[in-house]
Amino acid sequence: MKAAVVVFPGINRERDMARTLKLVSGTEPQMVWHADTALPAGTDLVVIPGGFSYGDYLRCGAIAARAPIMDAVRAHAGRGGLVLGVCNGFQILCESGLLPGVLMRNAALRFICKDVYLRVERSDTPFTRGYNAGQVIRVPVAHGEGNYVADSETVTRLEGDGRVAFRYVGPDGKLDPRWNINGATNAIAGILSERGNVLGLMPHPENHVEAAIGPTDGRGLFAGLTQHFAKVA
Amino acid sequence: MQLAEVAGGGNPRYLSHEMKARVTVTLKTGILDPQGKAIEGALKSLGVGGVASVRQGKVFDIEVDGTDRSRAEAALKEAAEKLLANTVIENYRVEVLG
Repeated sequence: MKAAVVVFPGINRERDMARTLKLVSGTEPQMVWHADTALPAGTDLVVIPGGFSYGDYLRCGAIAARAPIMDAVRAHAGRGGLVLGVCNGFQILCESGLLPGVLMRNAALRFICKDVYLRVERSDTPFTRGYNAGQVIRVPVAHGEGNYVADSETVTRLEGDGRVAFRYVGPDGKLDPRWNINGATNAIAGILSERGNVLGLMPHPENHVEAAIGPTDGRGLFAGLTQHFAKVA
Repeated sequence: MQLAEVAGGGNPRYLSHEMKARVTVTLKTGILDPQGKAIEGALKSLGVGGVASVRQGKVFDIEVDGTDRSRAEAALKEAAEKLLANTVIENYRVEVLG
């Protein structure tokens, strides 16, 4: 799996992401600078990592979404190429129009940094094939603006087309406002694009991949992607 | 008179024609605004009377080159559509103040 990690000024999770991609897929990803205009030849997966691109000025992800490299990312997605956005990466994908909706300030107005439980809503996508549908995983979040909002028509379409990939739930997998940490519409933690080739999620699966550090529930996402490309190749 | 002399000396900044403009970005009706709510709560706890509700927005003061108002309005509209506002959740208003 040839992955490219896009680096914007103010991003700070790109090394965690690169480390995890290398660890799980066995292949070192290429780092791509925001001012570049092309992705490395043969890129399978584009990853937009978390952080605070451009200091979250204007709106989270707004300025990064208009950076030169994003035209190449859009073209990659347009060809059906896979794109993964985590945290600020999810915000950037929404701002760039690759995913619908927007991530608003957390309902309780606080920055939230802790482990959460996610329910994997489906396992038949390249991103989630490493999990079972309905499986509950524990991964960390670290964000102030993760409250997913879209107009009701968009939300109905997302739900109807099965494009909600992850939801905030309790450890038992049940929905409960208590576990919907940021107040997201329908407890949405991650969504897929219409063609299913772009995934954005607020939590950080790349931070739970090594037993020496803690839970390894995030590993399935990267293992699934690696399998996907092994099969394609 | 002093200024005129400076201008006559060819200070390009003084000679350039600029218009002041303002783009105001506000949240659309129905979009929850937790920041506005927090400010509303703070105003109420300060005892500021008569505050029914607060919605927070953004103001951009922009200087535009030239003196063509309709061109300036078109440029500001483009700026708002492309970057200043996220039209999924926000409305914007453009004013050329002259």
